[in-house]
Parts: sequence; C-alpha cells; structure tokens
Amino acid sequence: MRRFLRTGHDPVRERLKRDLFQFNKTVEHGFPHQPSALGYSPFLRLMAIGTRSGAIKLYGAPGVEFMGLHEENNTVMQIHFIPDQCQLVTLLDDNSLHLWSLKQHSGASELREEHLLYLGTESGNIFVVELPSFRVLEDRTITSEAVLQRVPEDYCNRRSCELVEALREHPKNPDQILIGYSRGLIVLWDLQNNKVTHHFLGSQQLENLYWQRDGSKFISCHYDGSYTQWPVSSDNRHPEPLENFVPYGPFPCKAISKIYWQTTKNGLPYIIFQGGMPRASYGDRHSISVVHGSQQIAFDFTSRVIDFFIIFSSEPTAEFDDPSAMVVLAEEELVVIDLKTAGWPAVHPPYLASLHCSAITCSHHVSNIPLKLWERIISAGSKQNIHYSSMPWPIDGGTNIAPDPPQRDLLLTGHEDGTVRFWDASGVCLHLLYKLSTVRVFLTDADPNDNMNPLGEDEWPPLRKVGTFDPYSDDPRLGIQKIYLCKYSGYLAVAGTAGQVLVMELNDEDAEHVVDHAEADLLQDQEGYRWKGHEKLKTRDGPVRFEAGFQPFVLVQCQPPAVVTSLALHSEWKLVAFGTSHGFGLFDHQQKRLVFVKCTLHPSDQLALEGPLSRVKSLKKSLRQSFRRIRRSRVSGRKRRGGSGNASEVRAWSMQGPDYTVQEANAKFDQDTLQEMELAPVQRKIEARSAEDSFTGFVRTLYFADTFLRDSSRHCPSLWAGTNGGTVYAFCLRVPPAERRMDEPVRAEQAKEIQLMHRAPVVGILVLDGRSNPLPEPLEVAHDLSKSPDMQGSHQLLVVSEEQFKVFTLPKVSSKLKLKLTALEGCRVRKVTVANFGSCKTDDYSENDLAVLTNLGDIQIISLPFLKLQIRYPCIRKEDVSGIASCVFTKYGQGFYLISPSEFERFSLSTKWLVEPRCVVDMPEVTSNNHVHKSGMENAVRKSSTVLWWDKLVKHWNWYP
Amino acid sequence: MNRPHRGAAGSRGLGTMEVKSKFGAEFRRFSLERSKPGKFEEFYGLLQHVHKIPNVDVLVGYTDIHGDLLPINNDDNYHKAVSTANPLLRIFIQRKEDADYSAFGTDTMTRKKNVLSNVLRPDNHKKKPHIVISMPQDFRPVSSIIDVDILPETHRRVRLYKYGTDKPLGFYIRDGSSVRVTPHGLEKVPGIFISRLVPGGLAQSTGLLAVNDEVLEVNGIEVSGKSLDQVTDMMIANSRNLIITVRPANQRNNVVRNSRTSGSSGQSTESSLPSSTPNILANFLQGEEESDEEDIIIEDSGEPQQIPKAAPTSESLESLTQIELLHEPTQNGFLPSNEMNLNHSAGSISMEYEVQDPDHKSLEEDGTIITL
Repeated sequence: MRRFLRTGHDPVRERLKRDLFQFNKTVEHGFPHQPSALGYSPFLRLMAIGTRSGAIKLYGAPGVEFMGLHEENNTVMQIHFIPDQCQLVTLLDDNSLHLWSLKQHSGASELREEHLLYLGTESGNIFVVELPSFRVLEDRTITSEAVLQRVPEDYCNRRSCELVEALREHPKNPDQILIGYSRGLIVLWDLQNNKVTHHFLGSQQLENLYWQRDGSKFISCHYDGSYTQWPVSSDNRHPEPLENFVPYGPFPCKAISKIYWQTTKNGLPYIIFQGGMPRASYGDRHSISVVHGSQQIAFDFTSRVIDFFIIFSSEPTAEFDDPSAMVVLAEEELVVIDLKTAGWPAVHPPYLASLHCSAITCSHHVSNIPLKLWERIISAGSKQNIHYSSMPWPIDGGTNIAPDPPQRDLLLTGHEDGTVRFWDASGVCLHLLYKLSTVRVFLTDADPNDNMNPLGEDEWPPLRKVGTFDPYSDDPRLGIQKIYLCKYSGYLAVAGTAGQVLVMELNDEDAEHVVDHAEADLLQDQEGYRWKGHEKLKTRDGPVRFEAGFQPFVLVQCQPPAVVTSLALHSEWKLVAFGTSHGFGLFDHQQKRLVFVKCTLHPSDQLALEGPLSRVKSLKKSLRQSFRRIRRSRVSGRKRRGGSGNASEVRAWSMQGPDYTVQEANAKFDQDTLQEMELAPVQRKIEARSAEDSFTGFVRTLYFADTFLRDSSRHCPSLWAGTNGGTVYAFCLRVPPAERRMDEPVRAEQAKEIQLMHRAPVVGILVLDGRSNPLPEPLEVAHDLSKSPDMQGSHQLLVVSEEQFKVFTLPKVSSKLKLKLTALEGCRVRKVTVANFGSCKTDDYSENDLAVLTNLGDIQIISLPFLKLQIRYPCIRKEDVSGIASCVFTKYGQGFYLISPSEFERFSLSTKWLVEPRCVVDMPEVTSNNHVHKSGMENAVRKSSTVLWWDKLVKHWNWYP
Repeated sequence: MNRPHRGAAGSRGLGTMEVKSKFGAEFRRFSLERSKPGKFEEFYGLLQHVHKIPNVDVLVGYTDIHGDLLPINNDDNYHKAVSTANPLLRIFIQRKEDADYSAFGTDTMTRKKNVLSNVLRPDNHKKKPHIVISMPQDFRPVSSIIDVDILPETHRRVRLYKYGTDKPLGFYIRDGSSVRVTPHGLEKVPGIFISRLVPGGLAQSTGLLAVNDEVLEVNGIEVSGKSLDQVTDMMIANSRNLIITVRPANQRNNVVRNSRTSGSSGQSTESSLPSSTPNILANFLQGEEESDEEDIIIEDSGEPQQIPKAAPTSESLESLTQIELLHEPTQNGFLPSNEMNLNHSAGSISMEYEVQDPDHKSLEEDGTIITL
C-alpha cells in the first residue's frame, strides 16, 4: 500500500508547486559576445547591436532592453533603423535582409508609409527595394551604365564603377543621393529624373562619405589615410576637391574607414574619423580620432572597432550638429566619449559592462544587502570613478516600466588578474559599483606604477587609451578562486590560485597598514612529497597603502601553494576556513592565529602532491576527448535543433584551452576526428571508485554550523569539510565568549569522520535545525533578519555528493534517508544551494528547497528535508562546460551563468522573484509628414552577380515591450 | 542475496547451544553462547584446542537442518551454522591435506555411502579433478543471471557483485548503433555497447558479458536516450551492486526458457509477468540497501587518524546491519507495517527509511562498538 502512496501525486502539492516554481531565462547581462554591427536611431534614441551569432539587441535608457535572434544564426553585417519608424532592417552575411519592428501593445494603429531601401552591390548596380514588402522596383535600378554616361572618357577608361562603397542621402533634398564607388568615383544621383547631376572624380580608393549638415559640402575618406572635401553647387557639374588632407602623414597611413563632419555653433567643426594611423609605427592601433580646432585626440581602443556613431542634434530645424557624445562599439567593450566636456572624458555605461575585462574565474552572489553596506560600497566605488564624465547617459530612448527591484543584490566576480568586481545585480542593468584589487599585497614582476606614465603633451599621434578590457594577466597566481562576503559585518574573504587567503574589512578612508601574514602548512608531517607547481606569491614588506573600500588585514598562505578550492567565513566567530587539494585549515582572524590544519591527502595520491604541472598531459587528453564529444553532439544537435548555437558551443571551449583557437579546433575536427572516431570509438571505463584514486583529498566544501556534534544536550560551534573522495570531517570548535575572545585561544578537536561508501565528491554540507530549516547565516539572527534556529528538536545533517543526497541524524550520525541521483538518472550534481521560494499567490508562504545544477545542465529543485524531486528544467546545454561551471544560485531562486566569456544569462526559478526587462518605446511625433523617407545602405549586398537573390526576406518580429 | 540468512542469531538468543564436534574418530562436546557466537577465527581456535590439534590445518563442516554437509570457513557461514543449529550443532573436521571437498554440498549426508566409498577407493575420485568452490576464506557470489523467467530470451540480466576493491569490474562501454523494429519498420537507433573486457577483471571472469553486447538497462533503468557519459556515471554509481541487462552479441548461448533447470530466481515458467515484476523491484531495493549502511563513521578520534582498514569496521558494522535484517523477511519489496506509521508522507523507490523504534534504539546504543 505504501508503494502506491509513494508513486501517487498529491494534487495539493502539485498546485503549490505551480505557485512556487517557474523557470525563465530573463535577461542577458554584460557585453554581447562577438558583436558585428551597430545601429542607432536618433529618432527613437535606441542603439542596436548585432552579433556574429545572429542576435540583435536594442538598448535605450537603463532598463530598456530588447533582444531578438535571427533564426539563421548568421553574422549580422549591418543594422539600419528606418527613419521615424519603430522598425529596422538587418543585413546578414548570407545576403538576406530582415525587417524587424517594435510593436506597440497599446493598439494604436501604426502609420505605414512607403519606404525605399537602396542596396548597393558589388557589381556597381544599386537596387531599390520597397518596404515592408521587400519588392524590388526594377525600373528604378541605378545601373553602372547609367552612371557612367557623362563621365569623361579618360577617367572612365581607367576605372569602371566597381562595387558601391557608400550611399548617402542629401540632408536637405531627399531626391538626391550621393553614390560612392570603391575606385574613387562619386556621383550625385537625381531620383526624380533618374540621372547623374554631379560627378566627383576621386583619385583614391574610396572608403566612406559624409554630408555636411547644410548639404553644401561632403567629405570622403580614403584607403590611403586621407580625407577630401568636395563642394556641391548647381553651377559646377565636375567640381574639384576643396581640400585633401592626410591627418597622420607624411608616411604611409592606414585607411580611414569612416568619417563624420559635425558643425558647431562656434564655427569650428568636429572631424571624427576611424583609422588613418601611420602604417608602420601605429598600424596595429584601433583608433578613432576627434579633431576640433586645435584639439586632437586619437582614442586608442583595447580591441578592434566594430563601428561607431555620433549623437548630435537630430532636430531638422536645428542649424548645427552640436555633437554631444561619441559611441564606439569595440569588439570587447562599449566606450562612450563625452564631447561636450573639456578633455572629452569617457561616460560610465550603465549597462553592457565588459564582465571579462580580465577573465572571470569565479562568482559569488549576496542577496538582500543592508542599505548601510550598500552605500559604503557605492561610496568606495565612486572614489574610483572620478575620471568619468558626469554626463547623463546619452542613449535614453524608451521608458523603463519595471517596478523597482525588490532588494539590493550584489554579484561579485573574481578575475584572473587578482581583482574582485562588485556588480549591482538588483535589476536588469548589471552595473559596476566597485572594483577591488588584491595585487597590492603581493610583490609582482610588473610594478603597477611603471607603465602608467601619462602620455607626454608633444607626442604624436596624440593617442589616449580608453576602455577597461585587459585580458592579459601579469601573474596567473593572482587569480581569484573563491569569494565570501558577510553582508552584516562587511568582512570579505578572498582566496586565490597560489593558496593565498585574504581577509578584508570595509574602510571608508584610505589607509596604510601592515597586512598580518601567516603560513598554513597543510602537508604537516607527510614526508617525501615534492610540490612541482608554482611558487607561493611573495608578499610586500612593511605597510601598504590601500584606497578606501575593502582593505586586507590578514593574509594566510597555504603550503604547498595549491589553488584554494573551498572557503568559508564565520564573521560572528571571526574564523576563516580554507581548503586546497592537500587539506584544510582554520584561521582565527581576531587573534590572527592558525587554529589547526588537517591534511586530507591519501598517501597514494601522488598527483596531488606534484602540483598542476604533472596534470598537463591528462588535461590535454581530456580536452581532446571533450572536443570529440562536442563535435559529435554538434552533429547530432544539428539534426535535432537545426544547429542552433553551434558557434557558442565551440566558443565555450576556447576559454578552457588557451592554446586552441576555435579555428584550429574546427579545422582539426573536420580533418580527422570523424575518421578517428571510426577507428577508435570513444569508450568509457567502468570502475568503482577507490580510496587510491587521485585527488581524493581535494577539499570541495567547508561549512560552519552551531549544532549537536557530540551529544544531544549541548550544541557547539563546528566546522565541516567534505572532500573529493567522499569523506566528511567534522571538528568541534571552542570559541571563547566575546569578553575573553582575545585572551583564550580558539580550540578545535576532530569529532567525526564520515566516509561515504560511494566515494563521490562531497559538494555540499548543510545542517537542518529542529524544524528542518537550514541554519541561518552568521549574524543573521543578531540582525533580526532570521528567526533563531530551533535548538530543541534534533538536528539533521545533509551531505550532498555529486551522486547522492543523504540526510543523517545528529549527533549520532546514522543515515536517515537519501536520494540517489546518479544511479537513477546518470547525472551528477555540479552546483547546489538552498533557496527560499515564495508563493506568488500568498505572501505568507515560503519554503526552503535545494536548487541543483547537474552536469547535464538541468536544474532540479529538491525539497527539504524529504529530498523529493519537485521539478526539473533544462537550462544549459551539457556541452557548455564553462557555462555549467560558472553557474551561481541566489538565495531566492535566481541564478546566473556565463553564456560567453563576457555575458551572464540570468534565470529565475521562482514565480515571485523575477528580474526581467519591462519597458516601452513610445513613438515620438513624426515632425514632417510630407517627407519621403529613404534609408541609404552602403555597400550592402556583396555579390558578384547582378542578380540579387535572398531567401526568407521578410522577418517581422515582435518584441515584447 | 546472502544477507537474509546472515545473522538472525541476535533475534533468537536462547542461552547456550550444544556442539558436537567430530575429528577422525574422536568426538568432543562443548557448548556455545548462542547469542554471542564470536568470530570464526575464535571458533576455529577453540576447535583446535578441544581436539588438541593446535597446528593442524583443518576444514570445518557442519550438517544443516536438511542434512547437508556445509563448510564453515568465514564469519558469515559460521554465524549461519550457529543460528540454524537446532538443537545441536554437528561439526565435522577434516585434515586439509586429505580433505574431500566433494563431500560438501547438497544431499551429501544422504549420499554418505558414496562418500565412504570414495574415501575407500581414493584412486577412483582422483580421476575426476574437482573444482574447489568452498575454499576461499571469503566465499561470496561473484555474479548471477537473474530474472530469466521474465526477460525476453534474447536478453540477459547480469548481476555483478563487487566487494572491496580487490578485483576491478573491468569493462569499457562505447557508443554504437543497433537496429530496432519499430512501427515504421527497421530503424537504426543509437545504443551503448560493451567495447572491451579487462583480462582478469570481474566482468570477464564471469563469462556472462562479452564485447559488443548491447547494454539495455542499468539497475532497472533503461539507457536509451542517455548519453555514454550518463550511462558511465550510472554504472559507476551502482558499481557496488551492478545489474546490467544486455542483449548479447552472441545469441547462441541464450538461456532457453522452457528448460526447467534454468530459472535462477526459482520461479516456474508459468509465472506471468505482472506477478514477477515485484521480484525485480525486490532485487533493486535490496541492492539499494546493500550499498548503503557501509558509510564508515568514525567518532571522536583524537589521535592522528587514518581512514581505517575496511576489515575491522565492516566487521563491527555487521552488528549494525542487524537493524536492517528485521525488515528483510518481508516479501516483494513491501516494507513491514511498523514503517507505515512514519509520518513521511512520501518517498520514492530510491529512498530508504530507517525506523526509530525502541528496539532499534537499544541496538544503536550498542553501536558504540563502531566508536574508535
């Protein structure tokens, strides 16, 4: 009978589950991976970014975000907003054109006008396409023959109208368009009469064109790094250039690929151009130069410039452009320069932050930050951001109608260069609040003061570095591996690659002090072992100056200096615990004394002792196998899902193996992997785990708990550690009372050791109180933010291994119940956290469950304390190993994982806590109704044949506002 | 499988028990505490002592209630012997060098004359070299074919018993494709196959698995739709009690179902599918329990600790497993009624409940044995 009860569904519970759990991927934070195109609508004040995977993202005012994805997953080449419309056209690299429209939900009828799209082709012909039908108006095609009719013979012979390089509508007269051909010929075409009115015989290979605002002049830029001004007047049909200028001559220069001519009230124009650097000495720079009178700065970007635009007065009645800001999309970051403020400072972007300025190595989320701490972090961060412009964010289209975020959340990311970045993760915009560097504590080869010399005044070209992207780490040992922040006390513990553990305190002022230093020898008496890995970091002697913010006061260095694999901080007891592949230790940061260390090594575990170097070979092998697996899943995935997201699959791996580039990897697959698979199929060894396996001593998790460890009458502080080999150690701690805290030492004694027979790595340890609630965080009760735990009923211990969840009784450890995940489903636990789920129906119900991410990328919710699987959602592709590894859960059922090195996907498992963009874009009044709108697309379709063919031309896409 | 019999000793406990031991022509009589039989080594020493043969290697046997002569050579079968002896435990001792192994087994005591004639004519039995099956000190099953009666003849369900780490499971699996009959005709579907057997490994030594056998299920869970890595993880997670259902590549050695001798689960061929399903469940449930209690818990060790050798701990845990044994006699995987009052409203097959009733409490107190 019992069996039938077990399998049956409880309808009440099923209903409750619907009120509690819901899976949504809500928003992507960070910077789009591999951006490929940029567009801007001065009318909507929205910016659009297209990527190489076919995504298109729109951004306006902070909180206004839209995202779409082309089904084809092809690179977006160009984005053009249709003037005065909530529509845009994209060109993909498969020569297809797509029309997107932002639909209003208000139901207001949309005014549809006739729009014409001009497509310049490689053949030199220009096709006219009607929107939104995408009908080609064949009688209006501008053929190269028609253009060449009145061109002088000698010029015509030398160069034909090769590909169309630029198309620009006359700013005042929409019946005229300027056509630029790549060999240098520029013509002004009259659409009414279908004939050329002016010929401009350029002698240099053309890159781009730009009209002056009044239409009396235009400027062309060229491959040789020059730009030329041309007059346009009705009396001269073959004008000569007014001025030809090579800004960075006289030596050969690189091409100027795009140029702006912006007029101002005071008469001095802004000339802004991309490239043009002296080829030999600065040819590798990614620069955009701004010239305004005598001021000239060449902004030097950290990565390739994809495109840029200028925000200027778009009122048709305004006499001058009066540019206010320059928005530059580089490959790895977005930079906005304030052109109004003297010195042209950068503007701090409220979104599109480059998460990957240095590669992310770990992340930590803290929910519900107390206001006091929040303000202190912001104030520390504002002191770091003084060099930013105070200009309000210039791209401000749309309205954010999302309610204020329910609480203040912090996402902390650890980076390879030894920094920790604090992000405001409360809402849709992931915003950098404060950046902490741990580098100052250590002596590194590169002195930070060396290379920061400001460029001299007289230097030419006047380069100025902008942007924060800096993927090169001076010393990989500085990398941050674990972070723990106590939101009540402001204590922060940070641990890194070379066994360093720093405990920090928040200080609102700059300070200079000595960092206390201790060493923890985790090998203890184990003899004859040799560490072949990196050396420990050298510390700076004497006092070190720290800026306001988190300032380290204690440094513990593990010996051997292996990467710290687990970290726990108890701010109430003032203890920090840390573990590596060799063992774990406990440090009293109040008395600054090492309490104890415990070696967890198995004597036969030679690999762990020799350090990471000896693993290189096996790493390579496993990498090769993983590639093989990816390849196979790609092949099968293509069949299933039409190949969505292939690029990102490989991309995920390119992070893992630094010496594999994606192309190399791809080429390798294509050549030999398939054959190789035929010869030697992938096989897996089936073997029980044994105590002799490698890395069994690797400490995976550490946990502090005040519970009944020894007997059921007295509870005491305890420290729990779980290893890769399925061992759990429990230590009984004696922490002196507050008044004698400095006088008596903290004592620790091993109380229990549990060896899980299945020997799977222990990934989580948790103690449940008498009411089966997880014990509160340190100081949570003291701050009245949690009920004090129930110390009357008996406590339970939950041990989560990669394969099983097991509940044990306390203090006598005996198995009570368990859930075998791997044995039943073949998946393994990668991440596990307790999350609180509130009901969307009633305010007074909430429960704690386990949020679990498996190695297959599924998310499961498992109830506490009965370990019943509640619900399961596929979340991350199982091939996306780095995505799975990067996942963090929040305390309220949300989570983040990296979908690329620079982007976090935010998801929510809760019906109650949902952070997603909610915004509207209001159509501004169209100012001139009789105006026929045309949009010029330069260089649009690069096909050698004159026949344009495209499939699936029209794409109407609704964005949810 | 051998667990249910292991040690009901604790539950019976009727004071002392008479032992009658025979070595050669000599008899010795002594008594044993039925509730505390001790270890086999102690008993072995006791026998050597009472027969005054301190340095002679001997084989120990006893007659069970069916009159079969069964060996005593480890703690398990010693306890079994003690628990089943009623009222008298008859012990037979042979010198190892002139031991007659064929004497052990079913019907041995009723075949006594034959045994005698064998002994009288030693040259006769020399012609038939016998297989020593009862000699290893830890006599345990290695593998079995199960559920023959309910599986299609083309399939084989193999159970591998992995004790300790002495012998590797020793096989590899790979991806492959097999042909299935579907409503749309023959279809090629992906499958998981055994790709390699490690010489000397458990899998090879059983002879029940072979290269290119297709793996269909792991511990009752179908592998179709699961990736190679998933199946690998499932097998490793179940490695202590692995039940694999395969479609052998070589279909010529299939068990023919209507042969009465073949049914290993002891059911007749008439048994219909529904009635035997609980049997599978029982198997799996038992497997669940088997792998569980063995988590080693060490308390309060103040000295420098090493992970203890499995031997002393598992031995002492033996007494703990008695808790479980109370549930064992139930049938078809149903749990006994005292478990039903558990207020846990739900559970699943994968979960296991431990009952906290007074009896168990007292046994748990005895659990101090496991405290080091």
